[in-house]
Amino acid sequence: MALARPESLSVGQVVEVLTFQAGYNTNAVLAGSAMLGLSAGVVGVFALLRKRSLVADAIGHATLPGIVIAFLVAVALGGSGRSLPVLLLGAAASGALSVLCIFAILRFTRLREDAAIGIVLGVFFGLGVVLLSYVQRPENVGASPAGLHHFIYGQTAAMRAGDAMLMGGIALGAILAMLILFKELALTSFNDEFARVAGYPVGVLDGVMLALVVLVTVAGLQAVGLILVIALLIIPPVAARLWTDRLPLLVVFAGGLGALSGFVGAAASALLPRTPAGSVIVLCGGAVFVVSLLAAPRHGVVAVGGRRALQRLRIAGEHMLEAAYEHVVTRRHETVVPARTVRAMERLWGWPVWLGPMVLAGLRRRGFVSRVEGGYELTPSGVERGARIARNHRLWEQYLQAYADVAPGHVDWSADMVEHVLSPELVAELEAAIARAAGTPA
Amino acid sequence: MTLSPALDLFPLAAAVLAALSCGLLGNFLVLRRLSLMGDAMSHSVLPGLVIAFMITGVRTAPVMFIGATLAGVATVVLVELIKRLGRVEPGAAMGVVFSVMFAFGVLLIERAARNTDLDASCVLHGQLESLAWTTDAPASWVGVFDVATLAATPPQVWTLALTVGLTIVLVVFLYKELRLAAFDPAMATAQGFNASVLHYVLMVFVAGATVASFEAVGSILVIAMLIVPAATARLLTDRLLPQILVSVVVAIGAAVVGYAGSIGVPLLAGKREVNAAGSITLALAGLLVLAALLGPRYGVLATAVRRARLRRTVALEDLLGSLYRQEERGVLPRTIDERVVRRARGRGFVRRDELALTDDGRAEAAALVRRHRLWESYLVERAGLAADHVHVTAEQLEHLPSAMPPDADGSDPHGRPIPPA
Repeated sequence: MALARPESLSVGQVVEVLTFQAGYNTNAVLAGSAMLGLSAGVVGVFALLRKRSLVADAIGHATLPGIVIAFLVAVALGGSGRSLPVLLLGAAASGALSVLCIFAILRFTRLREDAAIGIVLGVFFGLGVVLLSYVQRPENVGASPAGLHHFIYGQTAAMRAGDAMLMGGIALGAILAMLILFKELALTSFNDEFARVAGYPVGVLDGVMLALVVLVTVAGLQAVGLILVIALLIIPPVAARLWTDRLPLLVVFAGGLGALSGFVGAAASALLPRTPAGSVIVLCGGAVFVVSLLAAPRHGVVAVGGRRALQRLRIAGEHMLEAAYEHVVTRRHETVVPARTVRAMERLWGWPVWLGPMVLAGLRRRGFVSRVEGGYELTPSGVERGARIARNHRLWEQYLQAYADVAPGHVDWSADMVEHVLSPELVAELEAAIARAAGTPA
Repeated sequence: MTLSPALDLFPLAAAVLAALSCGLLGNFLVLRRLSLMGDAMSHSVLPGLVIAFMITGVRTAPVMFIGATLAGVATVVLVELIKRLGRVEPGAAMGVVFSVMFAFGVLLIERAARNTDLDASCVLHGQLESLAWTTDAPASWVGVFDVATLAATPPQVWTLALTVGLTIVLVVFLYKELRLAAFDPAMATAQGFNASVLHYVLMVFVAGATVASFEAVGSILVIAMLIVPAATARLLTDRLLPQILVSVVVAIGAAVVGYAGSIGVPLLAGKREVNAAGSITLALAGLLVLAALLGPRYGVLATAVRRARLRRTVALEDLLGSLYRQEERGVLPRTIDERVVRRARGRGFVRRDELALTDDGRAEAAALVRRHRLWESYLVERAGLAADHVHVTAEQLEHLPSAMPPDADGSDPHGRPIPPA
């Protein structure tokens, strides 16, 4: 590593690393990690949409026996067993074999996907551990297996410019493959039955998608290790999913978040002492996920919570207007609601003390009520609104009574929507029924 | 090759005990499609182990156990939380939680617990072999049932024994509830006990079994032990109790065979022993493959034999049916497979000298055609299908001797007479 790892940090160092001025090797690591994150994010989107996220987990674990067997074969053929391409080829082969095993279990037994993944994961890794324990005794093999261990936890700092270029190539290849097959992959991801009927080779597309997962996994072995590479395939797509519902954007977001995690994680690892880059990269991914979970505009916790709170306030306001209309306007022919009546309503509904003032403030802001001496007065638009809510409420009740078996499908609609949900004829019929119930001719 | 008590008693005991507790719990995980919870748990307890060590500074079994179990429970809670808050698919939620926790654990080891023997790789691979006898070892297997043995038992084996005991208590006392929750959680809730509380109880046990097995056998074996015995048993039986019993036998058998194999098989090639936990995993895989191939009902072989037999029966019956209809209205069958004809002649259904039914063959064919036409009548009269739509269905149903159409006389919907029984 070009950078000496200091115990304290200066702003200058941080800027230096982040702007690619910290030396050739550091730049290679940063670029390589970012590329890895990018390709993993893009490929992972389709794995996520196909509910195959954990297949990546099995593939990651399943690379271990391939690495050790490749080492054994290389040694048997007279090499040192340290050739990176040979080891990665072995990893890819056993990763691909693990996918075939999962499909074989699903095809020929009655076990379900979770069990198939777990079995393949455990058994392949077990085989890897057995083989590793075999080669780790020098008298067994006659060559040092030093370095094989790095594949388990990864060793980002050992990344060289060539590796970074390889990673970039893989990212580019994955993105190209995805652009070419975008329509097909999209259709398969969202509705594989339809894709099959429409004549798409779903099996081949799944194969391509999983081959890309294997490719990214193998590419990530050296950087983050075989257990953590799966995090890069899972976390960015899941985080991106919180930001958008549209597939093209989803791919862009997942790639971007993955690249960000890889870049920032590698930079942090380069700057801080004793921080294994694989872990830091994954933890950056975790941080990105937490931020997304909280802050994403549509599906984030804050946004969903805010929407729910607003909805609750709006509904409470409608209750208030409806009650005011029914009990004050229609019964007493007044438009002023005394403050104590308001308090009585709040007690009746069991509102917490802070809710009433907030609701009233909202109603005033929207011009439905105004403050007067000793209470609140409904404005003409407030009266109209209250009448409308009251009428909708009745309609809805009538509808539920008459059409109880179809109604549950419509319960999500608020009273506002009743007229839009139900046909005009049905609304007329329900109004007639209400009028009959009230004893007045329709 | 012989196993010696001094070297092998405690590793073997640990392997068998771990196999037992994981194998028992795995049945409920596999049924509830939670197989990968063990995988998630075994990765995510790592930070629990490290933090417990950092707080207490000791590495004794109870401390590690508490730390890891808390981490295991945290995993379950976080997965549920992410699933609910982000509407994330369960598998992906699990992947997010355990990979981040594992990364955190590796980072903690690197930064804070570097100079201890808390090594991530031993957590992964297990150190069964290190559970060797420390004091005076008995020379033969007869001597192991001795007070001295109990006194020398390593704490890991005690922890495992306790876990097995608690697991058996859980399964025996909550058998009915676990069974119902495994097959139909909604029904379980409707019947008045809380399936999600049961879920957490089960998860605490899985976390406990994972952790107890950890130090002895490593996380890989835990993952395999939780899933493979139950999956193997699932291929052999449909009922829960036999499944549990089979899974226990598979787990114990694989533990013994795998452990012995880890020493014996390399020895055959003149090499030193290999990792025992991994070998047990391979033994488990071998048993699973055997069950998948040879299982009496769901095995690949049994299914293939059943299919081939059915294919032969259908071909033979189709030939008889064609010949019967030929006699009836003089239409020659379009294609004749020589092998099917030979088989029909061998059974005495078709005459040797020409392609025509014998008396036996005619009786057999009449019964078949009767079934076909009865089905057609039934499908038209009772199931309300149109007369020109029933042939294909009847063609399939006629070959199933267990499904008999209701009796009737007269003619089928196409006006052909139904042969008498």
